[in-house]
Formats: sequence, C-alpha cells, structure tokens
Amino acid sequence: MNSSVEHLSPTTSSARFSLPSKSTAGPKPNIYERNLNKTRVAEVSAASLSFLFSEVVQYTQKRVSGVNDLERRLNTLGYRVGTRVLELTAYRAESSLKAPKREIRLLPALMAIHTQIWRAVYGRPADAIEKSVENVDEYMIIDNDPLIERHISVPRDLSGLSCSSFSAGIVEAVLDGLGFPARVTAHHTPTSTHPTRTTILIKLEKSVLDREDVLK
Amino acid sequence: MTLTLITRRTRTLSEIFTWWTSSLQFIFMAIFGLWVINKAGGLVYQRSFADGLAQLTSNEYLVLAGTLHGIHAITSRLSPIPGQSSGAQVIEGETFKISVLLTLTGTKFILLTSPAEPASSIDVLLQKIYTTYAEKVMQNPFHTPEMPIRSEAFDDWIHIITLSLRS
Repeated sequence: MNSSVEHLSPTTSSARFSLPSKSTAGPKPNIYERNLNKTRVAEVSAASLSFLFSEVVQYTQKRVSGVNDLERRLNTLGYRVGTRVLELTAYRAESSLKAPKREIRLLPALMAIHTQIWRAVYGRPADAIEKSVENVDEYMIIDNDPLIERHISVPRDLSGLSCSSFSAGIVEAVLDGLGFPARVTAHHTPTSTHPTRTTILIKLEKSVLDREDVLK
Repeated sequence: MTLTLITRRTRTLSEIFTWWTSSLQFIFMAIFGLWVINKAGGLVYQRSFADGLAQLTSNEYLVLAGTLHGIHAITSRLSPIPGQSSGAQVIEGETFKISVLLTLTGTKFILLTSPAEPASSIDVLLQKIYTTYAEKVMQNPFHTPEMPIRSEAFDDWIHIITLSLRS
C-alpha cells in the first residue's frame, strides 16, 4: 500500500482546481444591484455553464417526446434568453459607444449577431457567416466549437439532435427584436478538424427581403 | 558508390536499434487498461490499451471489478486509527501494477500498468482521466450518474491522454 495520500486526493492539490476567491469584507451586492456595464469581473466559469446547460437539457428531455420536440423546447428557452441579451447589449452599447445605433439593414444586423451578441453570450465571436447559394432568404452563422456543446456527446438514438437549438433561439429572438422575423434552426455539420461544428440556419420571412429591396 | 552503400547500411542498423529499444520500452512500461468503478462497486467503464492481454468476457470484468471494490472496502478499514485509511492505492504483482484513484464521491479510477511504470506518471495520468471524466461524462446531459459510460468524446480523450503518456 502506498501512503502518498497527498498525491491522489483531489482535495489537497490546490493547483489543479480553480477555487472561488475569498470574497472581500462586507456582504456581496445583490445580483439586481450590480452594475450592468461591468463585464470583466461578471464572467461565469465554463464548467458552471456546462453543468447548468446539461441540467437544462436533462430537464427538457424529461418533458418531451422525440428529437424535434426537444429542439423546439430548447429553441423556446433560447428565445427567452435572446430577448434579454438584445436588451442588455443595446443598453451597454448606449453607455460605451459614442454613436450607438440600432441596426436596420439585414447584413449589419447579422454581423452584429455574429460579433457582438456571440461575444456577449459566449465570450468570442462566431467563426463564419455565410449566405445560402440555393435560397436567397437563407443565411448561416457557423460556430466551429460551440461552448455549450463542448462536453456533450449525443447518443445514437437521438442522432440529428443539435443542442445548439438554444443558440438558434437566441438568434431568433435578437432578429425578431431588431425587426427581422425569421425561423432559426441549428444543425450539426462536423468536419474532420472541428467535430462539434454547428451551423445556425436563418430563414428570413418574405417581408424582410421585400423591405431590403425597397431600401436598396 | 561504396560510400552510399555504407551509409545506407548504417542507417538501417540504427533504425533497427531504435526499433529494438522502443519495443523494449514498450515491454517494460505499458498501460494495460483502465476501469471506472462507481460507488456501488459496479464497473461503468472498461477499456484495454495493450495487445496480447487475455480476453475476458464482460461478465468476468464485472466480477473482477466487484472483487476489487470489496478488497478496497476491506483495506480502507485496515488502519491503526479507525477511519483514517484511504484504502488500497497500489496493488503490485510480478507482471502488473494496479493503481487506484478514489475520488471524494466514491468513484474509483483503476489503472492497470506494467510494474515499471513510475508512480508519478500514473498519478498524473489518473488525475487527467479524472478531469476528463468530470468534463466529458458529468457535463454530458445524456449520461446518467452511476450508469455505464457511453460517450464518444470521453473515449476519444482517453485515447489522446494515454497516447501522450506512451510516446
């Protein structure tokens, strides 16, 4: 028997685990009273987010029948997040930018989702934005390694499920809020270098395209 | 002409030598397998890495894991001060070494290696496997706790981790 307990016990090796730093003196401010513009120290650890999202998926899965229903529910949950994210980013832009503006054209709006929204939610911009060759009303936002799906492996009997439907819901809410109604879905499109690559497919309503034509 | 012939021959010789030493190293230092045992003593993950191991049926693996769980429970009570023992950490034989990492939640990670494998590298490897388990298994919504681990991501990472140690 070996007596090197220090080596094997996870509790004693502090370097491997990130522990929350000791809070400074005084009670912590209520979450509702915190400054909304302080983003640097308000970050959440990726592991906490993964555990939370894992619970979200498990909770949702218990209440649905089938992959489509699960994706729809995740989309709805994402939509609720998205409406708030849009409001928050608009508020932050208001106070940080000299000339904050509301996107009224489609491409700048998509770029804002790709860059600002993605950075606000996932900490980094998405990897690509593409226009469909076959359909004029379809656009795609591509994430090579979605943060929420990093540790998820979908079992065979649920093949075709993309948990990024949650992100799709966020995108749908932001587009809706900006006045670009669309149907947004998520699809798993792996490549050899990026096994969790995901495409967020945006199918715009006809009214949006008609308006774009007028504005041209 | 002769010169090229000589260089070619020496290269082949040196190649043979490196092959021989590397194969020798493989005999002396090898990881044979990894088991993960849940807190009830059930085998939830089993994987063999080396070729030439005796083929066991899944039932035999379950029995072996249950036995090891029992041995561990007994050894954890073998202490002059009650409740102070962590249980068996290393069981060594002439041809193998069993290293046990007991986590706070009662899950055990068992690494089967050759006796020559240094304890330090085994500890590092087991910690890495534990970290991977915490990420790829526990943060996967499609995993049920205490049930067999079926995660492609976990399989892939275990493969990468063990490769990094073997090379």
